[in-house]
Amino acid sequence: MRYIPNSPEERQEMLQGLGLGSAEELFDSIPADIILKAPLDTPAALSEVELLERFEALGAKNAAARRPSFLGAGAYTHYAPTIVDSLIQRSEFFTAYTPYQPEISQGTLQAIFEFQTLVCQLTGMDVANASMYDGSTAMAEAVLMAERVTRRTRVLVSAAVHPEYLRVTETYVAHAGIELGRLEVEEATGRTRLDPAALDEGVAAVVIQSPNFFGCVEELKGFADAVHAAGALLVVVVTEAASFGLLRSPGACGADIVVAEGQSFGVPVSFGGPYVGLFATRERYARQIPGRLVGIAYDREGRRGFVLTLATREQHIRREKATSNICTNEGLIALAATIYMTTMGRRGLQEVAAQCAQKAAHARRQIAALEGFSVPYSAPVFNEFVVRAPSAAEGLLRRLAEGAGVTGGLALSRYFTERPNDILVCVTETNRRADIDALVEGLKAS
Amino acid sequence: MTITKATTHVTQNEALVFERSQSGRRGYRLPALDVEETALDELLPAELRREDDLEGVPELSEPDVVRHFTRISTWNYNIDLGLYPLGSCTMKYNSRLNERVARIQGFAGLHPLAPEEDAQGALEVMYELQRHLAEITGLPGVSLQPAAGAHGEMTGIMMIRAYLDARDGAAEGGERPRRNVMLIPDSAHGTNPASAHLSGFTVKTIRSTSEGLTDLEHLRELCSSGDVAGLMLTNPNTCGIFERNILEICRVIHEAGGLVYMDGANMNALVGVARPGDMGVDVIHLNLHKTFSTPHGGGGPGSGPCCCTAELEPFLPVPTVVRAGTETGDDAYRLEYDRPQSIGRVKAFYGNFGMHLRALAYILTHGNDGLREATEAAVLNARFIAQGLADTYERPFDSPPMHECLFTDKRQTRKGVHTLDIAKRLIDYGFHPMTIYFPLIVSGAMLIEPTESVGRAELQQFIDAMKEIAREAVEEAETVLGAPHTTRIGRLDEAAAARKPVLRWRPAGRSAGA
Repeated sequence: MRYIPNSPEERQEMLQGLGLGSAEELFDSIPADIILKAPLDTPAALSEVELLERFEALGAKNAAARRPSFLGAGAYTHYAPTIVDSLIQRSEFFTAYTPYQPEISQGTLQAIFEFQTLVCQLTGMDVANASMYDGSTAMAEAVLMAERVTRRTRVLVSAAVHPEYLRVTETYVAHAGIELGRLEVEEATGRTRLDPAALDEGVAAVVIQSPNFFGCVEELKGFADAVHAAGALLVVVVTEAASFGLLRSPGACGADIVVAEGQSFGVPVSFGGPYVGLFATRERYARQIPGRLVGIAYDREGRRGFVLTLATREQHIRREKATSNICTNEGLIALAATIYMTTMGRRGLQEVAAQCAQKAAHARRQIAALEGFSVPYSAPVFNEFVVRAPSAAEGLLRRLAEGAGVTGGLALSRYFTERPNDILVCVTETNRRADIDALVEGLKAS
Repeated sequence: MTITKATTHVTQNEALVFERSQSGRRGYRLPALDVEETALDELLPAELRREDDLEGVPELSEPDVVRHFTRISTWNYNIDLGLYPLGSCTMKYNSRLNERVARIQGFAGLHPLAPEEDAQGALEVMYELQRHLAEITGLPGVSLQPAAGAHGEMTGIMMIRAYLDARDGAAEGGERPRRNVMLIPDSAHGTNPASAHLSGFTVKTIRSTSEGLTDLEHLRELCSSGDVAGLMLTNPNTCGIFERNILEICRVIHEAGGLVYMDGANMNALVGVARPGDMGVDVIHLNLHKTFSTPHGGGGPGSGPCCCTAELEPFLPVPTVVRAGTETGDDAYRLEYDRPQSIGRVKAFYGNFGMHLRALAYILTHGNDGLREATEAAVLNARFIAQGLADTYERPFDSPPMHECLFTDKRQTRKGVHTLDIAKRLIDYGFHPMTIYFPLIVSGAMLIEPTESVGRAELQQFIDAMKEIAREAVEEAETVLGAPHTTRIGRLDEAAAARKPVLRWRPAGRSAGA
C-alpha cells in the first residue's frame, strides 16, 4: 500500500524487535472468536488511473451538474475566485488539526479570528463563533441557546423557514423539553405574520428566516420590537449569505442571535456538503454560545497571538453540562469563506449582492409577463422568488430540463404537497442573460 | 542544543486582514451586469437595505490576499510536514488524489436538490460507501448524514432512545417507566456525556480498573437498577487498550435491556481485523476524518456516519439512500423518505458529501487487503513507540497498546516539569505534541498515536526526542519549562485571554473588547 511508508520487510523487522512472530500477534488482546477469519468483502485495490476513471464516470452520471441552473433553496451557485480553492489546499491548512497547540497553529487561529470578525461585520452582531456544521444545525443550536438564556421553553418558528432546517430543529429539541410553535405566512405578501397574542411569557424565542424560504425579505425590525417587548429573543436565519451585501443586517434590525449558511461564500454546492454554519450573538450572551471561540492572547514578551478560549463552556471540560456537544466545526470551509469575503471585500460583496438582485428582478419581470404564469407574493425579494405555473411544476421542470437544457428551479411540491404548481426560482450573478432567456423561453414552450 | 528565537522577519509578523486593508484596493472583477438595471428603491425600499456600506470589511488586492494567507499558513504545523501523534485523533496521510476526486465538476457542481434521476452518480457513491461501511463494521444499517463524530454520537444515542421507547411502549410522561440512564466509562471523551445529555439521558459513570479497562463488577452493579438504556463505549478505549471483556460487557447490557453504543473514534485499530457488529455492538459512529483519512482541515469539516443493527435500522435519520431496480432492469438509486420510525433529520440535505467521496476513494485505493495492512501498520507503529519509551516514561497500564500508547509525566516531575512542558518542548524538536491530559483518569496523561503514515526512522527520531526531553527535565529543567523556544511566539497567557475575552477585531479608537 503506497500510503504506508514502512515496507513489508521493515515491518517484519519491527515485529521481530518487539518479539512477535507475525502481525496477527499484535491483536492478541482481542478475543479469538471475534477476530475476522476472512478478508473484508470490499473491492480489491484500484490504481490511481483506475480510481480516477471510476469517479469521472460516476461524476458524468450527474447530468444536473452540467446544466445552467436556477436552483437555490439553501444551496447557491456563486462565483468563487480561483485563489479560494488554491489557498485552502495548502498542506498547512488542510492537513492540520484543531488548533490545540497555539504556538504551532497560529495560521488557523488567526484565520478563525478574522472569520469571527467578518461574520460580526456582516450580521451586525458583537460575537461570532468559529463556525457550526451548517445553517440547519446552527438554527437548532440557536433554539437550544434561547432556552438556556431565557429559561423559557416555547419557541415560535416561521412557516417560511427552510423546511429542512425546521426538521433538523425538531430532532434536536425532541428531548430538550422545548415546544415548537408555528407562525403562518400571509398568502398575499409571502411574509410571516406575527400574532401578538402568541407572544406570551412562555415564549423563549421567535425564529424568522430572511430572505425567507419563498425569497421574501421580512420586516425584521417590527418583529424585534414585538419579540423584545415580550421578553423573548429574536433568532434570524439566513440561508443565502450573499444577501448580507445588500440587505440591512439582522443586527441593525434588533436580532439577538443570527445563524446563517455560509456556503455562498466560495464553497461549491457539492450535493449538500460540506458547508459552514455562521453563528453570532450579542456580547451579553457570549458565554452561552455553542462551539469554539478564538480570542487574542499575549506571550511573555507581549507578542500578540490567538488561542481557543472560554473552553469552560465546552464538553471536554463541562461534559454533560456543556453548552453543546459540538466539537469539530467546519474549519476549512470557514477558511474558504474567510478568503472569499476578504478577496471580494467591502466592494465585491456589495457588487455580488446587487447583481443577484438585479438579475433576479429581471427574470421575475420576464416570467411574470408570460401567459399563465404569475408571481404570487408582493413582498420585496433578494434573489429568489416563487413562480406559480399553469401546470404541475414537476412535469414542467422535467420538460424544461429536456427541452431547454436548463434546471429551472425547485418544485415546491417537494416540501409542500399543497403547492403543486409553484416553482422556487433562484438567480445569482453566475446566471448570464442567455441562461435567463433560455429559462423564460423554455417556460413559455413547456 | 543552542536555541535561537525566530526572527522578526516580515513574514512572521503578518497583520490581520483588517489592519492590512487599503481603501480602493480590489481583489476581484465580475462580468458587467448584462440585464437592464432597476432603480435600487424599486428593488428594495431603503429601510430594508444596508446603511453601513460594509465599513470595516477589508479592501485588498489579489496578491495581498494570497500573501496574507500564505504567510499565516506557515505558522501551522501539519501532517504533510511531519509526525502529528495526537492520540485519538488519527492524524494519518490525507491523499491528494482524494482531494482531486472531490473536485470533479460532476460532484462539486451538483446541487443537492437536483432531480434524483440527474444525480445518480452521487447517490451511487453514497450507496456504495454505505455498503462498505456496513461490511467494515458488521452493522448493516448506515446513515451518512451526521457531519462530525459528536453529531454521529447524538444521532446514535437518539436512535437508542427511539428504539427503546418503541420497544417498551414508553414515552416521556407516559405510564410505562422509561429507561433514562446512559452508562459512560470515566475514561470517555467529553462529547459522550454531552451527546447523551442532549438526547435526554441521565449519565452514570463507570469506573475503570487498575488495568485501564471497564470495571465489569461496577457495570453489573449499575445495570441492576433496571433503568439502564445503554452504554457508550470506546473500543479500543481512550487508554489505547482493547476491552477484552467486550463480549461479556455487551451481554450484561443486553440482559439488562439496554443497547451498546460504540464510539468509533479508534476504529483505525480494528478495520479488517475485527468488527463491532461481531462484538455485540448495536450502533456505532465512525469518524471519516480519522479512520478514512478525510482531512481534518484545522478543525473540520468532519463526517460521522452511523452504522447499526437491523433492529435499529428503521430509526436512522431520513433520508437514506436505497437501490431500486427500474423497469429497464438497470440499477437506480433514490432517497428514501418514507421512514415513519426515523428520529428525523440531523442535518439539511445528506451529510458532508465531499467527505463521502474522499472516504470511498480511500477504501477503493486501499482495497480490502490494504485496509487490513493499514491497521496492522498503525498498531505496529504504536507498539514500536511504546517499547522505545518504556524505560523512560511511566506507563499507567501494562496491557499491550493497540493503535495508541499512553504514558504519564510521573518520572519527570521532580524539577517541576509536567506533561504540558514536555509537549511544548517537543515542538522544538520538530514534532507536533501528543494529546495531553486525556484521558482524564490518568494524571499527566500523554496519549501518542503515530498512525500507519510514518516510517521507522521518524518514529525513532520521535523516541530519541522524548528521551532527550526526559534527560533535560532532570538536568536542565529550565529549558523544558520555557519551551517552545523556536516558534515565532512563546506560550500564550490563556487564562488572561479567558478573563477578558477579545473575540473580534474592531477599528482603532473603538473599544477593543468583544
